[in-house]
Amino acid sequence: MAEITYREAIRQALREALLADERVFLMGEDIGAYGGAYAVTKGFLAEFGEERIKDTPISESVIVGSGVGAAMGGIRPVVEIMTINFSLLAIDQIVNNAAKLHYMSGGQVKVPLIIRTVSGGGNQLAASHSQSLEHWFANVPGLKVAVPASPYDAKGLLRAAFQEPNPVIFVEHSLLYGLRGEVPDGDYSVPFGQADIKRPGKDVTIITYLRMVQVALQAAQQLAEEGVEAEVVDLRTLRPLDIETPVNSVKKTNRAVVVEETWRTGGFGGEIASEIQEKAFDYLDAPVARVAGKDVSMPYARNLELMAIPNQQDIVNAVKALI
Amino acid sequence: MQARQPQQRPETLPLPKEQLMEFYTHMLLIRRFEEMAAQMYARGRIGGFLHLYIGEEAVAVGSIAALETQDYIVTHYREHGHALARSMDPNRIMAELFGKATGTSGGKGGSMHLFDASRSFLGGYAIVGGMMPIATGLGLASSYLGEDRITLCYFGDGAVNQGEFHEALNLAAIWNLPVLFFLENNGYGMGTRVDRVCAVDEIHTHANIYGIPSRKIDGMDVLTVYEATKEAVEQVRSGKGPFFLEALTYRFRGHSMADPVEYRQRAEEEQWKARDPIDAFRTKLEGWGVLTEQEREAVEGRVDDIVDEAVRFAEDSPTPPPEALAQHLYAEKE
Repeated sequence: MAEITYREAIRQALREALLADERVFLMGEDIGAYGGAYAVTKGFLAEFGEERIKDTPISESVIVGSGVGAAMGGIRPVVEIMTINFSLLAIDQIVNNAAKLHYMSGGQVKVPLIIRTVSGGGNQLAASHSQSLEHWFANVPGLKVAVPASPYDAKGLLRAAFQEPNPVIFVEHSLLYGLRGEVPDGDYSVPFGQADIKRPGKDVTIITYLRMVQVALQAAQQLAEEGVEAEVVDLRTLRPLDIETPVNSVKKTNRAVVVEETWRTGGFGGEIASEIQEKAFDYLDAPVARVAGKDVSMPYARNLELMAIPNQQDIVNAVKALI
Repeated sequence: MQARQPQQRPETLPLPKEQLMEFYTHMLLIRRFEEMAAQMYARGRIGGFLHLYIGEEAVAVGSIAALETQDYIVTHYREHGHALARSMDPNRIMAELFGKATGTSGGKGGSMHLFDASRSFLGGYAIVGGMMPIATGLGLASSYLGEDRITLCYFGDGAVNQGEFHEALNLAAIWNLPVLFFLENNGYGMGTRVDRVCAVDEIHTHANIYGIPSRKIDGMDVLTVYEATKEAVEQVRSGKGPFFLEALTYRFRGHSMADPVEYRQRAEEEQWKARDPIDAFRTKLEGWGVLTEQEREAVEGRVDDIVDEAVRFAEDSPTPPPEALAQHLYAEKE
């Protein structure tokens, strides 16, 4: 075991894959000479060369589409979309091609493609650079969506992504790159579709993913000091979705708070809340509560931005309202 | 009165007789297959959209004949002609149009999504321009793996105003990818005449902006298409990077079966129909003495049999079983 950052965990998984399989290559904007907008691929160009670490034009559609084609052609692309906001320029290739080719070819074509991207707000980057859109992709059959909240999960899920014969949207969070955590030295991976109980508790279940897991853990700590034991369930992948783990947790705690960074209206939390009321209705002692981002475009001003993104106190308040 | 001179067979034919006959047979097969598909659509056997290739046969047949079997093809949603020219099984194509389990995609792709990976035919794509980044990716894979394989990417005049068109040309150029971009300019993007929506008259010159050489050809003459594609393929295969061909052609029917074609002048249609690629090639072959009346009838009979058999096969085939609904959503790990 070593304690490393989330950034280093992702970097290790990429580097190991590059070393293990010559068909693996990376392409994206500023991943080579610049070293990656979030420095995940720093030094890779020198180590692996231009053939395998490909700087691209700022052309998201052809970056992803070429990744799809290259995957169909027998190599193993990892494409980087610098932030999830820019994935909107590639959404045709992601949704109409990557997600559908295996199905609409009757299984003749496979798309083993990893699309790495960065989600979330909190850096005062304003409305078009602060969105959390991973649940949009989770809506699409044919895609898999990983949302790691810790260095352990980031490396483990990325290693699992390399075993996938399907397109994977691998969503990182810009505020997690510096987060440190224990990561095993040897081989391990985190299977898709397996949620994780990040903190056990008996009084209430907090269900969340990505950076909000860390915020929820802080909230749970605060609640514990006030005598409330919250169980924190990290979904880890949105598609496939392990709903059993949170449902079983709710059956034990009888209360649920669903937390997400994205907008409340149409957010993924609605899906989770709905599943819980369907599968654990008789166990609930209170309505399923939701904590989500405010339904506004992200403002630049720091005080307003802080109001738009869910925080520790929002979660604590939601829990207290249930008890 | 002097007897009329019989038409002279040229000293040497441009291609071996068998190949000329194959071109003719393939073009006629596409025509008859499409006519039958239109009938089946009218009878409710085929659902959804049906985009016919009638009038454009010389383009698919001439260009695909210039490829090797390992070369990839990606194309648009008016692709029955390309599939047939690539010698995909007409039975399975018709079954796909019928939505049957025996179809090329097990009935789950339909008219716009024909695939045959065994023939490196990697799909019909129904979002205009959406296949172009796929083509650059296939080219990237071939180049990365050091394979002797090029990618032929068909698209229509509607695609050239999409961002993906420009992104793909640029990437193919900077990475020197083995992709032959093939514009089938049939004059109309759905119902909109190309000059009303494209700022460039000579569309193929778009490629030159990215340093990609280009050529405009007559898409109604199968031999011209074949020769031009052959040259372009050789250049791409030799490692000189992408090439761009623009074939001028015309669809004799509407955009889809739902289109009454009210936006075209009848005189224009007649002008193009007078240049029917199959009639023109037949006249040429007859003139050269390559196609006797007997041979012509034999070819027609054979083609009609193939098309009739395709319909029979499609009719007799089962619909996809209920379990097919969720099958192939994800590939299984090997």
